[in-house]
Amino acid sequence: MNAHLLSELTVFVLAVFVGFEVISKVPTTLHTPLMSATNAIHGIVLVGALLVAIVAEPKLGPVLSVIVVFLASLNVFGGYVVTQRMLAMFKPRATPAPGDGSKR
Amino acid sequence: MPDAVSSQQLAIDFAYLVTGVCFILGLRYLSNPKTARLGNTISMAGMAIALIATGFNLDFTAAWWILLVGAGVGAAVGIYSARAVKMTAMPQMVALFNGAGGGAAAMVATAEYLGALDDPSRLTWDFTLATVLSSVIGAISFTGSIVAFLKLQELMTGRPITYPGQQVVNALIALAIVVGAGLVIANYDALPAYFVALGAAALLGVLFVLPIGGADMPVIISLLNSFTGLAAAMTGFVLGNNVLIISGALVGASGTLLTTLMGKAMNRSITNVLFGAFGSVQSSTAGEGGTGGSGTVREATVDDVATMLAYAKQVVVVPGYGMAVAQAQHSVRELADQLEKHGVTVKYAIHPVAGRMPGHMNVLLAEANVPYPALYDMEDINPEFPRTDVALIIGANDVTNPAARNVPSSPIYGMPILDVDKSHNVVVLKRSMKPGFAGIDNPLYELPNTMMLFGDAKSSIDKLVGAVKAL
Repeated sequence: MNAHLLSELTVFVLAVFVGFEVISKVPTTLHTPLMSATNAIHGIVLVGALLVAIVAEPKLGPVLSVIVVFLASLNVFGGYVVTQRMLAMFKPRATPAPGDGSKR
Repeated sequence: MPDAVSSQQLAIDFAYLVTGVCFILGLRYLSNPKTARLGNTISMAGMAIALIATGFNLDFTAAWWILLVGAGVGAAVGIYSARAVKMTAMPQMVALFNGAGGGAAAMVATAEYLGALDDPSRLTWDFTLATVLSSVIGAISFTGSIVAFLKLQELMTGRPITYPGQQVVNALIALAIVVGAGLVIANYDALPAYFVALGAAALLGVLFVLPIGGADMPVIISLLNSFTGLAAAMTGFVLGNNVLIISGALVGASGTLLTTLMGKAMNRSITNVLFGAFGSVQSSTAGEGGTGGSGTVREATVDDVATMLAYAKQVVVVPGYGMAVAQAQHSVRELADQLEKHGVTVKYAIHPVAGRMPGHMNVLLAEANVPYPALYDMEDINPEFPRTDVALIIGANDVTNPAARNVPSSPIYGMPILDVDKSHNVVVLKRSMKPGFAGIDNPLYELPNTMMLFGDAKSSIDKLVGAVKAL
């Protein structure tokens, strides 16, 4: 084990603890948006996808490079838009939703 | 390693740190519905910062079109489907995006591995270990999520698929993964071994989700989410990239926590969910479950129920997957509005595993504009049932089954349930009494204070709305 790996491991372990701490405070009513939000966050793998695909000679070849960027982008953009859509619906009091047919 | 790091790389790494902080704050703000949207915006900003920073490390001259096509199509499909999807289809949408992330992680690791094979000095044990973990976990998550998507979208049966020797087959595949991974780490004939491990993992992803029944989906969706997080974190180790490590660890922790919570809510361990072959018995919380049994059931008319609801002091609505299937959430809200005009207090009882993903019912009711303070968790609503005039059960089954409390031989014995049977009257909205494939008797239906209202949940509730209005 070298110093570099140890520092990465430190970051990983601490982040796991932070994750547990932060997530345990999320109320059950927001668990679906939470899943969706964390789902969008692991879209960060797009950074990795770009680093291996957008280079002079991508190791995966052109087709697979397009696919890896596609998959990761799908994850990021889809994940955030779905989360935003869900969270927009949570309201403390009843107010008519735009386009909602019901009166009152 | 104390390499000489350029000031540009330092700036990029600093940007990644900012991204990590944004993600943590974003999740922190999710602890309250009032700040949750702000949290998601902060998280998005973090993502944008990371992507822009990464741009400085890229070589666009040759590969710009890969970015244009890949990211362009990915963003277009992602945004379009995220907007178009119905709220009831949310679990499968999340599963699909989750699988995409897992697949991407496996491919990134593979690309790095192929690169390292040209430069064997990079093939240290920690690099190969992280690589093989990233691709194996990513591949399991990719194919597992796709099967979960197919099941939830009902493109294939939602029932557990079992066959003789299933565990043995899975164990052999797992062994192939371990052996392949071991050879990769030992760097012995490594490329074929790598693809054996990758292929076996993809196969295992399919096979381990096949025997999972619909009712266990909340556990599996959380678990797959946690897998993709771990795969992303491992990719971070492969690339030596802290932002991937931090984000992956956060997601992995979150998924693990939710998986445990769901397991607790069903009084089952995760191993039991995965290997218990339990899903073949308890395959549905939806309306199909239960058999007629030997006792008698009382069938109610719409007018009976409407009158009872309108003259109640307190009504507790218990939604389940059946409400999602019938897309009845808007009608439920309308019924609640009508009842409130009659001075009835309407509350909603949410079981942790109602539906197909954690919090599924909450998000559906939020879509129907039900204010979230009206939604109660199991612990908070259970003491209320003895004071409740009518418990209105819409497409929920196992989570209301009193057998979980008092029939030790029942497959769901020990699972915490909503004590609906303690309310003065119980009204169950159900498609029919015909024995479904779930096969668990629900004695609730035969209690003297229970009435059944048969039919599609949405049309039944619409009729109730009409009847209450007419009173």
